[in-house]
Amino acid sequence: MNPGEAFLEVRDLKTHFPVNKGLLFSRRVGAVKAVDGVSLSLRQGEILGLVGESGCGKSTLGRTILQLIHPTAGTVRLEGRELTDLRGATLRRARAAFQMVFQDPFASLNPRMTVFDALAEAMQTHRRIPREELPGRIGALLEKVGLPPQALRRYPHEFSGGQRQRIAIARALAVEPKLLVADEPVSALDVSIQAQIINLLARLSREMGLTLLFISHDLSVVKHIADRIAVMYLGRIVELGSATSVIEKPLHPYTKALISAVPIPDPRREAQRARILLPGDPPSPLNPPPGCPFHPRCLYAEPRCSEIVPKLEPFGAGGAEVSCIRAKDVNPP
Amino acid sequence: MSESISITTTQPAQTAASPSFWQDARHRLWKNKLAVFGLVVVCVLGALSLASYLWPNLTGYTYARQDLTLGPAPPSHAHWLGTDALGRDLLARLLYGGGISLTVGLYATGVSLIIGVIYGAISGFAGGKVDSVMMRIVDILYALPFVIFVILIMVFFGQSLVLMFIAIGAVEWLTMARIVRGQVMAVKRQEFVEAAHALGLSEARIIFQHIVPNLLGPIIVYATLTMPEVILLESFLSFLGLGVQPPQSSWGVLIKEGADVMQEYPWLLIYPAAAMALTLFSLNFLGDGLRDALDVRGSKD
Amino acid sequence: MSLLNVEKLSTSFHTRNGVVRAVRDVSFQLERGETLGIVGESGSGKSVTCYSIMGLIPQPPGRIEGGRAMFDGVDLLACSHGKLNSIRGRRISMIFQDAMTSLNPFLRIGEQLIEPLLIHEKINRNDAIARALHMLNAAGIPEAETRMNMYPHEFSGGMRQRVMIAMALITKPDLLIADEPTTALDVTVQAQILELIQKMQRELGMAVILVSHDLGVVSGFCDRVMVMYAGQVMESARTDDLFYDTKHPYTRALRQSIPALQMKGQELHTIPGQPPDMLCPPPGCPFAPRCERAVDYCAREEIRLLEVAPNHATACLRVQKEKLAV
Repeated sequence: MNPGEAFLEVRDLKTHFPVNKGLLFSRRVGAVKAVDGVSLSLRQGEILGLVGESGCGKSTLGRTILQLIHPTAGTVRLEGRELTDLRGATLRRARAAFQMVFQDPFASLNPRMTVFDALAEAMQTHRRIPREELPGRIGALLEKVGLPPQALRRYPHEFSGGQRQRIAIARALAVEPKLLVADEPVSALDVSIQAQIINLLARLSREMGLTLLFISHDLSVVKHIADRIAVMYLGRIVELGSATSVIEKPLHPYTKALISAVPIPDPRREAQRARILLPGDPPSPLNPPPGCPFHPRCLYAEPRCSEIVPKLEPFGAGGAEVSCIRAKDVNPP
Repeated sequence: MSESISITTTQPAQTAASPSFWQDARHRLWKNKLAVFGLVVVCVLGALSLASYLWPNLTGYTYARQDLTLGPAPPSHAHWLGTDALGRDLLARLLYGGGISLTVGLYATGVSLIIGVIYGAISGFAGGKVDSVMMRIVDILYALPFVIFVILIMVFFGQSLVLMFIAIGAVEWLTMARIVRGQVMAVKRQEFVEAAHALGLSEARIIFQHIVPNLLGPIIVYATLTMPEVILLESFLSFLGLGVQPPQSSWGVLIKEGADVMQEYPWLLIYPAAAMALTLFSLNFLGDGLRDALDVRGSKD
Repeated sequence: MSLLNVEKLSTSFHTRNGVVRAVRDVSFQLERGETLGIVGESGSGKSVTCYSIMGLIPQPPGRIEGGRAMFDGVDLLACSHGKLNSIRGRRISMIFQDAMTSLNPFLRIGEQLIEPLLIHEKINRNDAIARALHMLNAAGIPEAETRMNMYPHEFSGGMRQRVMIAMALITKPDLLIADEPTTALDVTVQAQILELIQKMQRELGMAVILVSHDLGVVSGFCDRVMVMYAGQVMESARTDDLFYDTKHPYTRALRQSIPALQMKGQELHTIPGQPPDMLCPPPGCPFAPRCERAVDYCAREEIRLLEVAPNHATACLRVQKEKLAV
């Protein structure tokens, strides 16, 4: 890795899914541009929160970075190593460095394998561990995620959602990755359990020096755990900045609307808030609007906005970036 | 604040190692009375048929022994189920026929299983164009009239039991292939398979460790449900005179013989028909019970 | 007289593994035009309570074990099927979490919209269609005439929810029960839908029961809030009182475990353990095993909801003993 280069460097990443028509000789009639030109850099040990609503492409972005989906264009470099041209056995071996925690704790564990089997399999994927050592190491792993040793011989269906998610986290950590992508890891859990898992991820990340990409549609959760936040809309990042500044001083019109839409469990503050209500529905990535993807719903839109595609550019001194040609007008000093 | 995690199971008293999937399935099957009934009936019939094969004189008469002086006789102390036009003991013929029907059922199901699973698995794993083409072939084959096909085979290659297995199996594999292919595709899409990819496991390991074990359930169920279909098909063939030839008896043959003389000697039809119906019911109950028992209990707690 | 008076409602499910007592002795009142929020996590019994009132619990395996639900003088749990049908859809309407499965995929939206009108009111088809159009407009669906002839799958999630709201409100009911209407929606769409329900509520002057697991949603919308846990009501109060003068440890713990109110960097407050197994709930207060303020009698004495301050009831034994010297 070159000095000064980021730990994880994503440049102009695009993931387009072709849409074909025709039975035998199908031709391509269009594409779903799930990820349409995303650039990011993460420092080692950083936690980046990736937020957006359904259809914005955040899950696809997470999977593309992990090479679970092949990008259509762009590069992903982890510690200086290019990931997008890895294939076959080389790619499999490289996976030890980057892992994923999935959204649905009920579906992401093989129902036929005990916890021990699942963790042992994970642990031995990339290295040989002598059999006598396995129980000890797996026991230590379980303890790290807060599960008791009795869990070892049980099957996934005997655990609650929160516990299954802990197992899934343990499995991801078993290969000792440096980068962890968590795709909506708490969305399927009850509120009181969400807090447990969020605490766990934050603590593990600190203790193990993990770089964490935390994907969620829930701004409050992301705000709590992330150092920086990236807001996605229709396959592009529209704003990027420190967690506090994005939440407290959002720059992009979409971010402003998003934040104002999140209900706050505080009746007096709720009553006093100014709500920005976005017209219409989130658009489909099959037919993105010309120019700025957000302009049809934007309260500040001008004719120019449908012609120019904005780029993510720095705004102000705090390291914030925003993708809006009217950023200065929308945010008067 | 320390986090104390307790594992809640639906059987609070259990502290020992939890049941594996198969043990759990066995337990659930056992609780299903209808399925157990089916299992028992099938086992009993199978045992009786095997016994009558090993000891042809089990009932005191072999299936072929004729007693022309007796002729067709209703059930009596000597012949529990009566005799047919040639004085042959119906019970002996029934048991022997049961053996044949069950054997055909087993073997033909086996043939369809092997072909169907391999074909369906390849199609499901390959996906894309290969899968489309393979499934279209299945669709086309479905359209062929089975009876004509079997008649052609029988006419050209002569009639033998083995040929019948193959002919029936060659038709039944279509459904099995579709089921396996559907199941492969469903399992492939599950998140734990994606997770296995993400870990970096080899394709082989993913297939054999993660996908195949999750296929066995439906395969077992549909194999069990294919058997009654096969038995019915065999009896249909025999009814037409294409299958088992006398003096060998399968239930199809017996039913045909019984139907011919239904008015005069009703017992010749009633008993074979009842035996067949009972067996088909039992296999269906068993199949349904297996389906419920093997259902992956993995959804919401 | 209250519009809806639920007294000691108890609903159980008789399953293969045993009896699940999903709702136990739940009582509450609702005045005309009032909005009540029912908050709880999964398994708390909040949805089952509403389904029981509406008579939507399949019996078997469900069974209403006891209680009354007096709606304007009629006990919904004990009245005839005909009477229940004349109330459901006309005076009490319900909307659900997943609009896709609540709308008939085979019928056009227009047909489904006018159905409640044709059944409950003596009105001809053309008038019904006119009212349906009006309703679609009020619900914020553009190009209503064209949309009337479309099928549910042609709408987006937010639009479908609006259609369901239009369908529910077309008969101008006295009470709307909304069961997690926005849980499956994006947050910006959620804001729109809540705004719509609020607008319609003001216009029609109807009462609303909003069921949610999201404290934020109810805090902005409801006059009163009821917190449920393990099938029982833990606390019931006006919204401000519930948030600023909490009188139950569960409510407090729930509030504190929500990331929104935490300072960054602090560990989120967690509620240790799991909700109880509803097949055999523990004796005494169901929250006692996880409660940081539990004492010895909490796991022994059966709880009941008692008013400890004006219009503020709690089921916490400790609070009751303090406030009422009981």
